[in-house]
Amino acid sequence: MKTRCGATVLIAGAVLALALESGCSTLPQAGPGPVEPPLRKYEDLVKPGTHNMLDVKDSVEGFNRGSYRFNYYFDEYLYRPVVRGYEIIMPNYLEDRVSNAIDNLNEITNLTNNLFQFKFKAAGVTLGRFLINSTVGVAGLWDPATTWGLERKTQDFGLTLGHYGTGDGSYLMLPVLGASNVRDTGGFAADTATFVYAGPIAWANSSTFTTAYTGVNALDRRHRIPFRYRQTGSPFEYELLRTLYTMKREYDVQQGKGKGKD
Amino acid sequence: MMRYMAITLLLWFLCLTPFAAAAPPPYFYPFVNPYEATVMELPKEFEVSLPKKVPLREFVVRPFPKRDIPEVFWYEKGLDCSLAYQDHKAPLLFLVAGSGSRYDVPRMQKLQKALHQAGFHVLCITSPTHMDFVVNASSGLPGIAEDDAKDLYRVMDLAWQEVRGDIAVSDFFLAGYSLGAFDAAFVAKLDEEQRHFNFKRVLLLNPPVSLYDSVQALDQLLVDNVPGGMDNFDAWFHDIFTETMHITESWEPGGLSGESMYRTYKRLQPSEANLAALIGLTSRMNAADMIFTADVMNGGGYIVPRNVRLTSTTSLTRYAIVAYKTRFIDYFDQWLYPHYQKHSPGLTRQALLARQDLHYLDQYLKGSKKFGLIHNEDDVILVPGNIGYLKEVFGDRARIYPSGGHMGNMFHPSVVSSMVELLSGKEVAQ
Repeated sequence: MKTRCGATVLIAGAVLALALESGCSTLPQAGPGPVEPPLRKYEDLVKPGTHNMLDVKDSVEGFNRGSYRFNYYFDEYLYRPVVRGYEIIMPNYLEDRVSNAIDNLNEITNLTNNLFQFKFKAAGVTLGRFLINSTVGVAGLWDPATTWGLERKTQDFGLTLGHYGTGDGSYLMLPVLGASNVRDTGGFAADTATFVYAGPIAWANSSTFTTAYTGVNALDRRHRIPFRYRQTGSPFEYELLRTLYTMKREYDVQQGKGKGKD
Repeated sequence: MMRYMAITLLLWFLCLTPFAAAAPPPYFYPFVNPYEATVMELPKEFEVSLPKKVPLREFVVRPFPKRDIPEVFWYEKGLDCSLAYQDHKAPLLFLVAGSGSRYDVPRMQKLQKALHQAGFHVLCITSPTHMDFVVNASSGLPGIAEDDAKDLYRVMDLAWQEVRGDIAVSDFFLAGYSLGAFDAAFVAKLDEEQRHFNFKRVLLLNPPVSLYDSVQALDQLLVDNVPGGMDNFDAWFHDIFTETMHITESWEPGGLSGESMYRTYKRLQPSEANLAALIGLTSRMNAADMIFTADVMNGGGYIVPRNVRLTSTTSLTRYAIVAYKTRFIDYFDQWLYPHYQKHSPGLTRQALLARQDLHYLDQYLKGSKKFGLIHNEDDVILVPGNIGYLKEVFGDRARIYPSGGHMGNMFHPSVVSSMVELLSGKEVAQ
């Protein structure tokens, strides 16, 4: 419990520092001479009222851009090097076992959210998967359930909120955690709380387990995401990432609705 | 499915023939549609086998160490290069990336391995049109090949200084693909005067003949193939996105720009129009990135206002929207040409355009025996008449393949052996 509080304080401190440092201004600052409008002006090229997919609601853009910059350094100099070490030490086969075990523990999130959306069949499949993989699959290290035709029914509370018509609020770039929005951040907090107070953390009720899980989960999470900051080589990477994330989550919400309550 | 079966069957026959007769495998290429060829990766069975790893050294050069890099480009810290080295004395080959590509895009890494395998030290250099180059190494507005060549030459000089203590070098070679090949031709010409390297051979892979024609052709692929025109771009892209997600359920954030987009193409159920539009989109996005960066680095006035300071928290969204509505040819006509005209008042648009063309180097290319060329008849960046011209200029130093699109066949064993032969000076018939 103590370590978790410590981490929370640390992250809160980092966020505060970022907010102060970034000053939250997203307007260009005045340079040495008089500001002259460019030859190709936005107003000339974009008809008023038309929506461009790069236009995503971003109420705290100054903070978000500061956070994106923080994440670049964090990822480049701490997170990825540590994950690289993990990848060097662990054989690929064991890495996959770890990923499976983490996925298995996270079925609790899929289960609760499928229930929240009254998707009883999907909830049943999730429960079945958890039982099979926890036993036959040896604590989730293997995934025989998929081989037997029980596909994972991924859900989270952000999607549940989206399912009931909650808009995504505004884009958020979270320090360390990366791209998100107001709705999904709330969802993430709710899912984490479930996991901690009514899920595996509460079941195990052991600080060693909590610490080990938190560490391994962080490694595994990064290990599985091929993304690298600045990989696009574009000056507009922030915009591209924002649009892509928003489209992806919108797609996921629509998919969930399309599949109905099966 | 049938097509894959057909390919598998053909593959079987191909596998059998080399044993039957020791002749080199005939050129067989699975994609007859040039857009597919350009976009789809060559199936593994058709590709030359490459080493998993080669000994590599990465380093940074700073041609303008005192340059004040604007805060908006806070992540720019010099121009990265990479050297794949041999442990013995060997020729050093400079490899220039194509339009909008970094030194380490997948195509560059593969080419580096292929040429390292052929016995070269291979030093990879980012394209002068990539933002990293524009920020760290461009002396002015990028886009005019003759001047980009000077910037490239400066980078090559510095890179050579950086590695010369570590490797034993016998001769210097130069190669590039697409726009990088076009650049290489101009660098070779410059080297004839400066003689820092005295390149033994220069290999051009799928270069444009007229840069203007090629970028226009590429951009037109986007404009012509988005149903209902560019006003419907968002809706079209949304459909493509949904379709792609439907197939893969995962989109990598790296997939929205530059060469990495190719990895996304291959997951699409390819409709010819969509493939063509995506090729055009990649080209448009590369150009937009370069134009915006160049504008900021040169004091603004084209897309960003003059005399504003962009910081790490400044919103760039409006500039991005404008930049993505800007074609390379808009930049050329509205900004680059007037800029050059300011410095030489008599310069006509036609005269500047003529410098963006291999015809400009006609006499040199015809007279010099050091050049080798590999190209495809169906390359989407060429316009009618280009192939005839290339054959005429390069004669028996040209290998023209009947299919392969724009570099789709680059790692076909036959194409790789052509590269090695042309670099080693064996002009045997195809």
